[in-house]
Amino acid sequence: MTAQLALSQLLNGLQLGVLLFLLAAGLTLVFGIMSFVNLAHGSLYMLGAYFGAAIFARTDSFLLGLGAAVAGAGLVGLLLDRFALTKLYERDHLDQVLATFGLILFFNELIRIIWGPSSVFMQVPDALSSTVEIAGFSYPSYRLAIIVAGVAVALGLYLLIQKTRVGMLIRAGATNANMVAALGVNIKWLNTLVFALGAALAGLAGVMAGPIVSVQPGMGEPVLILTLVVIIIGGLGSIRGAFYAALIVGVVDTLGRAFMPTIMRTLFERSTADAAGPALASMLIYLFMAVVLALKPQGLFPSGAGATR
Amino acid sequence: MNGNALFPAMVSWRAPRTIAVVVTLALLALLPVIAANFGSDYYVGFGTRVLIYALAAIGLNFILGFGGMVSLGHAMYVMLGAYAVAIPATHGIASGWTHLVIAIAATTTLSLAVGAVALRTSGIAFIMITLAFAQMLYFGAVGLKDYGGDDGLTIAERSVATLYDLSNPATLYYVTLVTVLLALYLSWRAVLSPFGLVLRATKANARRATALGHPVFRYQLTAYVISAVVCAVAGVLLANLTKFASPSYGAWTLSGELIVIVILGGLGTIFGPVIGAIILLALEELLPSLVEMALPDYKANWMLLLGLFIFLVALLLKRGVFGSLPARSRSAPVRGEPVEP
Repeated sequence: MTAQLALSQLLNGLQLGVLLFLLAAGLTLVFGIMSFVNLAHGSLYMLGAYFGAAIFARTDSFLLGLGAAVAGAGLVGLLLDRFALTKLYERDHLDQVLATFGLILFFNELIRIIWGPSSVFMQVPDALSSTVEIAGFSYPSYRLAIIVAGVAVALGLYLLIQKTRVGMLIRAGATNANMVAALGVNIKWLNTLVFALGAALAGLAGVMAGPIVSVQPGMGEPVLILTLVVIIIGGLGSIRGAFYAALIVGVVDTLGRAFMPTIMRTLFERSTADAAGPALASMLIYLFMAVVLALKPQGLFPSGAGATR
Repeated sequence: MNGNALFPAMVSWRAPRTIAVVVTLALLALLPVIAANFGSDYYVGFGTRVLIYALAAIGLNFILGFGGMVSLGHAMYVMLGAYAVAIPATHGIASGWTHLVIAIAATTTLSLAVGAVALRTSGIAFIMITLAFAQMLYFGAVGLKDYGGDDGLTIAERSVATLYDLSNPATLYYVTLVTVLLALYLSWRAVLSPFGLVLRATKANARRATALGHPVFRYQLTAYVISAVVCAVAGVLLANLTKFASPSYGAWTLSGELIVIVILGGLGTIFGPVIGAIILLALEELLPSLVEMALPDYKANWMLLLGLFIFLVALLLKRGVFGSLPARSRSAPVRGEPVEP
């Protein structure tokens, strides 16, 4: 029983992990290439969830909703990059943090104006609404599908970045953007591409999370902060680091929330444990991040340019 | 430096910045009197809130503007200061001085530990790790079930301080104003002192400052602790104003707002945070009613405009409102951004 519970919590952790990876991949790439801190990445996640929920409700097709979320968030990312953020790439991180902080407020209110302040319901697609039997316990197939889809996207991203010419340029840009520009590559075009790709991945994460979280204004912020933790632990600019760190953070956070109160109860009095357990569980990943940074200030997988900047 | 004992730098009295400082301070000093004329205590409370935000921003500006350390977690020290009032108050300790001592002691301890870890990183990682520590403390406060947890903690009575009766709104206002003036004066002196000189050097080029033989880490850590303590004092005052302490005082959006205030006023100017706090809070106060007048249906959505405003400030206003004012009339030394003598 306990082993099965642990296993299902582990799967929940992995599922959170792959969602975090989808967000972290875009954020860390944008940071690696443009040295740009985009706090509004969580807003793209929120937009993805809303686009997906709206189209899914309208057409009854989850796949169309998925496509709308990815395309919509990607398009918003493209427009943001072209019309709003280009001027900020050259500025220091402080201005970037401030400007994108302003964008968060803007998008949250925009969503509130369009869809209202209360949460929007998004149901699990019919084909995935059942459960599957794994090692003697049943697990929601939708969550399993998220894990599979997330790993598939991660693999696709790996192939894109390691095996294609565009990927080579992205890697080169992350190591030394000026050099790539000097070699005659249109770095602006590359920036836009990477930004839109990151936005589309954030939208994908949003629509996949839609049926299991509540789709509401401000849903991007808690996820954004977790994502920031992920890319810092993984090493800024490193996709590989983001992948491992996302899984670690997802699993540690989920297992911590599930078992920390029980563990605390064996060590302390019940009342103390019940009070401190949940709080400690929420603090666990930040504690983990602090330890990682104290030991390795550049993160677990430091990458060339992002690490020194 | 010149020989003047009171002022660390020459003040050019006819410079636009100096005039702005004098006019603002005069208006702030008279605010309760003016409000009393209109028979409204509301604006005294509002003014106190503005000054408290200004105080916290002065603290943040000390490391942000002069030390180049972008902390996105300073709201946690405001929260700590607020809880240093609320928790003792529930146990019957009402003395304001005790609250202040607890706040300063707790903040010094915490900020030494946090700073020691966070300052191992720099740049973007520093922004994120300060954010992470603030989140940690935020969730810690949510977990304090005995002290209200998520709902926060109501304080029955304001701190009792001998000499002052803080239960009178005007007294609380003037205590806050004096604290702000003290913080302004001390940060002005500190920035122009040899300590401040090294601190500004670490902002300009940390590697060179190290090469010149300065223990950069110790300077940065000291500045970090000082700025945290100023924020905690702001927290003590905030708890006294609202008679309430809750984890929301440590929310990361408040840390963001403090950065907005610093930039809006003028990064690296002494007086900028006061101007920034006045503008931002006045805007937050006015926008809802302005939106209601123009578009009654969208009254609740005024934050949209605030978001756009912050975005534009970051994009266009490089030196901030106060920072854009000329610092000298003709050839007098700079006040806000001091130069080498």
